[in-house]
Amino acid sequence: MLDLLPADYLPPLIGGALIGLAAGLLRFGTGQIAGISGVLRIAMRGPERGWRFAFLAGLLIAGAGAAWRSGPQLAAGLERVPLPMLLVGGLLVGLGTGIGNGCTSGHGICGLARLSKRSMAAVAVFMLAAFVTVWLRRMGGVL
Amino acid sequence: MKTLIALVAGLLFGIGLALSGMASPDRVIGFLDLTGGTWDPRLALVMGAGLLVAAPFFWLADRRGTALCGDALTSPASAGVDRRLLGGAAIFGIGWGLVGVCPGPALIDLFAQPLQAAPFVAALIAGLLLSRKD
Repeated sequence: MLDLLPADYLPPLIGGALIGLAAGLLRFGTGQIAGISGVLRIAMRGPERGWRFAFLAGLLIAGAGAAWRSGPQLAAGLERVPLPMLLVGGLLVGLGTGIGNGCTSGHGICGLARLSKRSMAAVAVFMLAAFVTVWLRRMGGVL
Repeated sequence: MKTLIALVAGLLFGIGLALSGMASPDRVIGFLDLTGGTWDPRLALVMGAGLLVAAPFFWLADRRGTALCGDALTSPASAGVDRRLLGGAAIFGIGWGLVGVCPGPALIDLFAQPLQAAPFVAALIAGLLLSRKD
């Protein structure tokens, strides 16, 4: 099904490069870390909310534009997730990224880009936990 | 200027996420599912390209010492690798594996599938607020 032809791998590479550019621009321009969970948490309740609101506004505008172009297919697979799973998953993602101080962007892109040992450890753990979770679900619906 | 840079960064970040395919749980689970027979390596391409492009900016910012707008570079927690970090990462990984959505894509998906993404985002924000006292 998946042939690694340019048609398949160019969008992920270009998309990833844009994410890296955004994180780099925010760091070089403002000194801040483009970690979505942290930006979101402090935008809700914290200091210096101005730039955080602006960053989230940019993200949401991009999301609206992308959805306008691509429709529900942009989030393909989300339509099959039952409501209780959405709630439990969302809660775990929020709790975990709050406690662990970062997610795929904060630890995965920014933290690794600045060679943070904490982020290397966090990325290793959340990737492993995610692989194991998917494996357990495949092995007969344990979760 | 700080606000403008943040807005542009948010826009680029969102366009990148949408283009990368990572707004789709199918794509994310396709990477996380090693034993399904059709492993999809593309999430690694996104992360790799993101890291390669971001790293020089972070290095340059460190070399310059301050940000372009004059602010100090924020230094995230320096607590070392502790139980909070590892426990939090493990909880996050379980939630990510269950649904295939992490915080950035969740916000993008609010527009593509609002009825599905809204409860996820509401629970995500509740979790973030419950995770700390401050």
